[in-house]
Formats: sequence, structure tokens, C-alpha cells
Amino acid sequence: MTTRVSISVQSEDFDVSAELVALRADDTSIGAVVNFVGLVRDRNDGAQVSAMTLEHYPGMTERALEKIVAEAAQRWSLAAVRVIHRVGTLRAPDQIVLVATASMHRGDAFEACAFIMDYLKTRAPFWKREDTPAGSRWVEARESDDDAAARWDTPGTNA
Amino acid sequence: MKLELRFFASVREALSCDAESVDVPAEVGTVGALRDWLAARGDTWSRALGAGKSVRAAVDLDMVGADAPLHEGAEVAFFPPVTGG
Repeated sequence: MTTRVSISVQSEDFDVSAELVALRADDTSIGAVVNFVGLVRDRNDGAQVSAMTLEHYPGMTERALEKIVAEAAQRWSLAAVRVIHRVGTLRAPDQIVLVATASMHRGDAFEACAFIMDYLKTRAPFWKREDTPAGSRWVEARESDDDAAARWDTPGTNA
Repeated sequence: MKLELRFFASVREALSCDAESVDVPAEVGTVGALRDWLAARGDTWSRALGAGKSVRAAVDLDMVGADAPLHEGAEVAFFPPVTGG
């Protein structure tokens, strides 16, 4: 199956509803659409967060996202994938990221969406800097994100 | 061998530098050797890239390990573990 893929790294906000309509397009073979939206929280690691600034590596970021989506399309039967990741300064409850997957059946769409998010968290070059009352600080990578991504390495998970 | 270096996030801030062209000796043939060579430049470089620091690298826009080979004109980036999403 050929998968329609659209990836954007942008400062502008996005309209989830419009994106999901566009994802389905006129493809009447699609029976399932799954999406994840990441938001800026007003607190993190015990501190109030007034703003968050996302930095990325232009060129590498798009390439990394393309590779992640291509791997998902190899593992699962997907009609379409949409990924949007914002950069620049954001505030709660701004939207940061959208991952949307469309497939004939929900299993493929659910798993592919989770896989893309887990890999994005560990392989796509984005970094968050958050402003707190004590000053600004870089968000540290979490071991739990590595663990979440590692579960897809287990043989047999690509149902 | 000439290389184009890029630095991001906390590594960029620690070095007060986001990009630099360097000419490294022939024996600096891998990403790990380049990191060691840069760390030996002085305290600032050692604090940002020295052993024990959690730093990732990319060559020509692909994330790689320390034993990845370098080539003439490569773009080599150093940055902390990623935190997007």
C-alpha cells in the first residue's frame, strides 16, 4: 500500500479538525483515523512553566521525521500519515505536535500513531527550553521515553 | 580534513557557538575522536563535550554513534538528547 505522507515543521498553530478531514481526503477505504496532540503544560517537574521555546535542527529534523514515518509505513498498513511539529516560543495550552494516522482498521492506526510519537521523542532533533519562576532551563531527556521507544524493538510487535 | 560543525540547545549555549568550520588532523577519523579533540581545546569545550556529558551526534543529518567515520566536508553536529513532542 502506498502511504500518503505529509510532514511540517512550523511556528504556526494548526487546526486538528481540518487536518483530519484532509488526512481522509476522498479515500473511502479508510476505516480508522487516530491522532495524538501534544500540548504545553503549565507545570513540569514541580515548577510552574510560563513559556516553552522549541529549538530544532533544520534539515535534519525533517529527514528524521520522514525516516520515522517511512518505518511506520513498513510495519503497518497505512493509507495516510500527517505529522506537524511546532518550533519557537509557546505557552500553555498551546499545541506542540500532531501525529495522525489513517488506515483500514484501527489496530494499524493506533499502533503506528504510538510508534511515531515514541520514535519522535527519542530520534527527532527537537529541544525544549522552559521558563520557570527560577529562570529558564532545558528540559532533560527522560529514560521513560527511551523505554517507550525500545518496546518497538521487540520482535513480533509489528503485528 | 575539513569539517562543518554545528551545535544545538544546551551544547550551543555552553560553547556560545552554533557553527564553525574546522580543519582536523588526519588521525581524527571518527565522531568519538572528533569529540575528544574538541574537548581538549580547553575548559569550556571540556565542560560541554567531555567524557561523562550526555551528548549525541549527527553526521550529514543522520544521528550516529561515536564510531561513525568522518569524511572530507562532512557536517557534524553535537547536541544533548532530544526532548521534542
